[in-house]
Amino acid sequence: MSEPAVPAPLAAPRTDHTDGQWHRLHPATPLLRGGIFMVAVLGFVIANLRERLIDLFLGEENYGGDPIDEIYQRGGTGWALLIIAGVLLVIIVAFYLSWRMHTFRINGEVVEVRSGLIFRSNRKARLDRVQGVNLARPLIPRLFGAARLDIAVAGQDGNVQLSYLGSKLADDLRRDILHLASGLRQARAPVVAADAVAPPNDPALTGDDAAPTLIGPPTAHSTLGNFAAARCNEFVASELDPDAAPPESVVRIPPGRLIGSVVLSGFTVFLLLAGIGLIVSVIAGSSGWVLVAVLPGLIGSVGYYFSRITKQLRFTIAGTADGVRVGFGLLSTSSQTLPPGRIHAIKVSQPILWRRLGWWQISINTAGHAAGASANNPTSTVLLPVGTFADVEKVLELALPGFTTDTHGALVENGMLGGRRVDVGVADFYSNAPPRAVWLRPFSWWRTGWAVSGNVALIRRGVLSRDLILIPLARMQGVSVKQGPIKRRLRLASADLLAVAGPVTASLSVIDVDEALVLFKWMSTCAVSSALADTSHRWSRAEEAPQPAADQYGATE
Amino acid sequence: MPDPDDLNPPEHAQVEPSERLDLVGVGEWKRVSPKYVLVEIVGTILFGVVVCGGASLLWLLLDATWALWVGIAVLLMTIINLVFEPRRVRSIGYLLREDDLLFRRGILFQRFVAVPYGRMQLIDITRGPVARWLGLADLKFVTAAATAGVSIPGLPEADAESLRDRLVELAEIRRAGL
Repeated sequence: MSEPAVPAPLAAPRTDHTDGQWHRLHPATPLLRGGIFMVAVLGFVIANLRERLIDLFLGEENYGGDPIDEIYQRGGTGWALLIIAGVLLVIIVAFYLSWRMHTFRINGEVVEVRSGLIFRSNRKARLDRVQGVNLARPLIPRLFGAARLDIAVAGQDGNVQLSYLGSKLADDLRRDILHLASGLRQARAPVVAADAVAPPNDPALTGDDAAPTLIGPPTAHSTLGNFAAARCNEFVASELDPDAAPPESVVRIPPGRLIGSVVLSGFTVFLLLAGIGLIVSVIAGSSGWVLVAVLPGLIGSVGYYFSRITKQLRFTIAGTADGVRVGFGLLSTSSQTLPPGRIHAIKVSQPILWRRLGWWQISINTAGHAAGASANNPTSTVLLPVGTFADVEKVLELALPGFTTDTHGALVENGMLGGRRVDVGVADFYSNAPPRAVWLRPFSWWRTGWAVSGNVALIRRGVLSRDLILIPLARMQGVSVKQGPIKRRLRLASADLLAVAGPVTASLSVIDVDEALVLFKWMSTCAVSSALADTSHRWSRAEEAPQPAADQYGATE
Repeated sequence: MPDPDDLNPPEHAQVEPSERLDLVGVGEWKRVSPKYVLVEIVGTILFGVVVCGGASLLWLLLDATWALWVGIAVLLMTIINLVFEPRRVRSIGYLLREDDLLFRRGILFQRFVAVPYGRMQLIDITRGPVARWLGLADLKFVTAAATAGVSIPGLPEADAESLRDRLVELAEIRRAGL
């Protein structure tokens, strides 16, 4: 691909920040990136050590009374003020310089960030390799009207962070970055867009002018009242820009269900067992040290529940032209955009405690957050924290476009609920493990099976925790089959579909030997052909192609 | 009389249903250098000596009887390993197909892997001390997957380098992103 280094005019660039020039971040950035913490620590140190500091500088042991009085009495007020002013000046200059030196630029090809005063660092991310764009608003920056933009590329630590930006700017910039990354070079005419199978809330349809300017940019406030009102509005609105993000989420999670899902987790079982153990040990007459040792942990677990719930409250998921957008968080919010074709594996699972309630969870593997849940992106691998069967269907529709026919629906239903046994009442489409697998998987053998349909491989497994794993073949990294001595006696084997690291592993623990070979051949050919047909690294190109079916896997350049 | 370890069994082998996992009719498997047995043997012996030495020290100095049993068990396992080493090395095979790289290894625990060339992220060539002395090298085909895809041990150095160049070239033609 030979793209010009200078970007051609965009569909509707919202910001003037994508011009390839160097730009600066929000002026409060140094403060928000740990400056507040530093000032607090400094204040703490001074408050606690002021006597010692006076000792150090004046070299006198006993002066008696309050040090500030002492300074006043000795006529050192001027000096003291000078020192304070000097320290403040140094801090301000350091903050200013670090802000000056922290710049970013965006053009048609890359996002680049330079930072650092003494140790310079320079990070560059190619836009066609973007794995996801995350707009996070931690609590304190959120109060200041700032947001952080994480541009995830593949790798363990492959994030380019723009922190912090004004809220409005961050929103617009996200849209522009996604547009640039999509390979979209010209405005799509409304006629063309109407023909395309793009979702009805395509931003290109509504046009740039339709963007309501309810909230002015943070710098445009004239009075303190306006400023406060703007902050207040931003704080309440989960998505600032109703145009860039369709407001309606396909899934609504009632807070009650979310709390229930967190309470009915494995952690609770552990907690109950610990509580029973504690009571038993007290009744048995053990000394009080057990209580002392365990009780803080029990109290701490309340904090765990609280943080789990507040992180996942106000969950939204919606399809946009630039991919799936997932938002969550009550106090610190985060809104992640996953462009098409960035999901490497999907797991629909149901822990046994949720079965009566019919709840399911969906987690995914993406190349961007290979290390799994980090402190900054706590739930980035969760596509649906808890939902009903209907919710799962809706989310899968977003995550796997083109996987929506009745056959596919039946396959998914089967994978979630069905099995080899007929008494479940669902017809079976899977290639199952043979009955002799009961020796190795006494409970789950009848649910262990696999299927391939429409460029997606499905693996069904598990009884205690029911799992259905879906892998887009265009993203599969390879396939392997294995056999040990016991499985050889039973004419069984196991198979693995290799995917990027994450919470989902696509392994099939028992399978007939001949089946394994069929799977191996099938997968190895499908992986190659799907990967060749895949164009989702520049996803809008595929949409612009004249094919009527804008299936992301089907369309070729 | 066909060799039971032959990687490329005659075609009639597929007629009877076999318990073994075996890919038939994929083509001619390439083997690694027979000299690689030495590398494995040295590694196994070193491991056995270290563990047995530690165990006998524990037994002699601390009078720990269990250490003696551990030592004997490790010794036995080492000897069995040594007996099967040549067969195990002969079971390692790789095959460059049109669009992907096939790899197999193991007799008791068999493993077959297929990785499309387009998925290649990088290729590693490493040489251990014994392997370097024998003029061998290990080649590792790294993909974005969590578990290492394919690592072919015991290739003659010249072969390893030409194979690397060939794989890079193939991956360049079939580049498929992530």
